[in-house]
Amino acid sequence: MSDVLVIGASAAGLATAEALRRRGFGGTVRLVGAEPHPPYDRPPLSKQVLLGDWEADRTVLRPPGALADLGIETTLGRRAVSLDTARREVALDDGTSLPYGDLVLATGLTPRRIGAFAEQAGVHTVRTLEDTGRLRAELAGARRLSVIGGGVLGCEIAASARRLGLDVTVIDPAPVPMADRVGPEIGAMLAELHRDHGIVLMSGAEAEAPVVSGGRIAGVRTSKGTVEADVVVVAVGSTPATEWLEGSGLTLDDGVVCDARCRAARHVYAVGDVARWWHEEQGRYVRLENRSNATEQALAVAGNILGADRPYLPVPYFWTDQHGVRMQVLGRPAEADRIRMVERTPDPRKFVAVAEAGERPVGVVGWNSARGLRRARALLTDGSRPH
Amino acid sequence: MTLKVEVDEQRCVSAGHCVTSAPDVFDQRDDDGVVHLLDGAPPERRHEQVREAALLCPAAAILLRERDGSA
Repeated sequence: MSDVLVIGASAAGLATAEALRRRGFGGTVRLVGAEPHPPYDRPPLSKQVLLGDWEADRTVLRPPGALADLGIETTLGRRAVSLDTARREVALDDGTSLPYGDLVLATGLTPRRIGAFAEQAGVHTVRTLEDTGRLRAELAGARRLSVIGGGVLGCEIAASARRLGLDVTVIDPAPVPMADRVGPEIGAMLAELHRDHGIVLMSGAEAEAPVVSGGRIAGVRTSKGTVEADVVVVAVGSTPATEWLEGSGLTLDDGVVCDARCRAARHVYAVGDVARWWHEEQGRYVRLENRSNATEQALAVAGNILGADRPYLPVPYFWTDQHGVRMQVLGRPAEADRIRMVERTPDPRKFVAVAEAGERPVGVVGWNSARGLRRARALLTDGSRPH
Repeated sequence: MTLKVEVDEQRCVSAGHCVTSAPDVFDQRDDDGVVHLLDGAPPERRHEQVREAALLCPAAAILLRERDGSA
């Protein structure tokens, strides 16, 4: 039985290692993480942790000892710096090298920065526990927050900061928040939700330059005027963390490029945010940045390492919590040309909508309607596949 | 093999993946979709589904305790 080395100890890496064990893999399984923490969960960072509802240790994904009990070895606080696929070795930043039988790449994402704003005191990106702790500490003494970016993360941070009592402005070039994920109609409903909670949306505005005063951020100059701010969050998306794989011979193009089985090369797989795999049904390469994909793809990769030889064909799913609305999204509603309400309630913030391209359902969006969303899921799978 | 299932309702994010994987073991509450455990000690024929549900849960809200029958 060969050994599996997993580089990246967040949700996707952890789930791959666990799935291998749960399915009876008897070789060595080693999980290597760049961060010093045991595997922890990122979705709560912009919500429960930023709000102070959860202490940092509550984000830890498995109880102490659980990985050791499963026979999963961990190397934490060590970054992988290079891959040699001929020798089947990964070099770490402490000068050591780890051999592998099969390698799983699960290094996730790096937040995108805006050059002019980088390194400016009072400007934040949010990916890690430390990032969140720093932002929370600064928000405690601040009155005005500007969030650059109206995606999922930007919207969640804006909503949390509002609940903490700050004046919040969201600056985004798109006409409505999250339109690239949920389409213009749902995006417009989201815009209304934010406005109703007192958030200022500067939509259709480009962030152009920081306004600096006394050595720290004092505002954001945008194409639609200047916004004063004590703290600025840059949430303009992320890039796959693949720099360390340059020169390894793997194909890197907005992620680690993989075949339909999530295999990047002989004995090398990629999983989670970093993996861009060939989607056999869609006939194109797909990369998903969401928490459910991390675990679902991990199961697929673990299966394929064990010889399942199955293509990965997920129904994408993500959720977000903003201002007391839990929005759940299945499929690809942004590709629809219309939405149709299938479950309505007297409460305008509780519904299920199907997103259709022509007559074909391509996505389902639910607000505060978890059971209804699950019922509508069958529309996307036609019942022929379990997922 | 015995398998005990526990769910953490505080962590649950109402994704419903567990119900899709193991509908005889998990359900969702009507109002908020939070997990409702139907069977905390499911029979062996359900174990594979339950393990998959625990692995798939995007909030790590399902805790499994597995013991060999001999232990």
